[in-house]
Amino acid sequence: MAPDTKQPLAVEEISAQEAFEEIEGGVVLIDTREPYEAAEARIEGGKLIPPATLIATIEETAPDKSARTIVYCRSGIRSATAAEQMMELGYTDVVSVAGGILDWQALGLPVVTEAKLTDEQRNRYSRHTLLPEVGASGQVKLLEAKVLLLGAGGLGAPTALYLAAAGIGTIGLVDDDVVDASNLQRQVIHNTERIGDSKTSSARKTIEALNPDVKVREYNYRLDSGNILETIADYDIIVDGADNFPTRYLLNDASVRLNKPVVSASILSFDGQISTFVPHEGPCYRCLYPSPPPPELAPSCSANGVLGVMAGVMGLLQANEVIKLVLGIGEPLVGRLLLYEALGTRFTELKVRRDPACPICGPDAVEVPESELGAFPDYEAFCGGHVGS
Amino acid sequence: MPSVRVPPVLRQHTGGATEVSVEGDRVGVVLEALVAEHPDTKAQIFSEEGELNRFVNIYLNDEDVRVLDGLETAVSENDTIMILPAMAGGSRSQAPAATFGGLNSPAAEPGRRC
Repeated sequence: MAPDTKQPLAVEEISAQEAFEEIEGGVVLIDTREPYEAAEARIEGGKLIPPATLIATIEETAPDKSARTIVYCRSGIRSATAAEQMMELGYTDVVSVAGGILDWQALGLPVVTEAKLTDEQRNRYSRHTLLPEVGASGQVKLLEAKVLLLGAGGLGAPTALYLAAAGIGTIGLVDDDVVDASNLQRQVIHNTERIGDSKTSSARKTIEALNPDVKVREYNYRLDSGNILETIADYDIIVDGADNFPTRYLLNDASVRLNKPVVSASILSFDGQISTFVPHEGPCYRCLYPSPPPPELAPSCSANGVLGVMAGVMGLLQANEVIKLVLGIGEPLVGRLLLYEALGTRFTELKVRRDPACPICGPDAVEVPESELGAFPDYEAFCGGHVGS
Repeated sequence: MPSVRVPPVLRQHTGGATEVSVEGDRVGVVLEALVAEHPDTKAQIFSEEGELNRFVNIYLNDEDVRVLDGLETAVSENDTIMILPAMAGGSRSQAPAATFGGLNSPAAEPGRRC
């Protein structure tokens, strides 16, 4: 991809419009780009020869060295180099398209694309599709993905914003709360005018204004053992930013049951934790934390406070995990717990292993009745003393 | 001297310190030294029977001591021990619908908020 600094003085260039007119009449057309670029948009009839393989393969692909041959790439630099190399190999009538397919598309000339992206989407997501790891086909995966966010608050706000911008096609939001002025220090998807509105409807407005490709589904209720399975069933990935332990264990048990990956983060004061739980591939939340702390030892943001920026940092790490899972790229935080400590600007990574005795994902786990999802049968006595505190 | 990284929920008991250096050649010995120095940290770390609480993880460097030798795990001078309680802070600002004791028993609502 690095631009060639050599000046291709001897190469004749033609404009995209001239190329279009010549191609109509029949020429040899060579596309000197990488496969992922060609997958996004290419000129019909072009033969793809990536720059690195040109010298070795061009004579086989285009044996007639006297035929009129047009070479194009993205912007005209690689194709000029290729044309020069071909002239050195004895091709007598080769030209390069100045401005490449970028100029071609700017003129509105027709391209073939393997991915089902509209012209508007190709433009909107161009910074994604330029990445070899994403490309047009990856962007289609993002547009087809369904992601459920538990909570449209601190963590959910930045996660939802960036997932929406990234073109996640369906975003579900579970939250039964309304926007409060004290939320706005960190919950950037809401705003002052929407104080008193439901968080899901406020988030929906922001998301729809940001990206009309995204379908938002609102779930204005609290998750419980009676509704969790049907709520998460239709989603590919769940993002857990819940503010309480019961919901985290409930989600864990249900997601292991339905085999749904969960990206889980939490924040408190200047500290954050994040991990990705892929059922049976890595540990689950119960492997990491076999039981929740008793209420009087459970840290809470309303009592301890939280730096607003922490929601953004950890929320965006969650969005990053989601995108990697959808695209199947990189190394998700499976079996790893990442800690971020903001005052020291320090990241720490810890190993998390599957617990062979895990009652939910272990080899001897037995399926519990639906009503006991997220429950701690042996925990009642422990919590009993704090009822209503 | 090994150092112990203190989680936010325990910092009120360590005078705000995020890291404390204490003597000890075993994880249990180090944690006991920490508790001796900062007695209010005890409830978060140890059960009344003196076992590690199930809701707190103790890491020696990047490994959970549960997969090592637990409290008997040997500790050397430059090791870092991390106390890692579960955290639930996140998105919503309401008390949970579910409970620890049994999801369908509203009387057991613990009412933790974030």
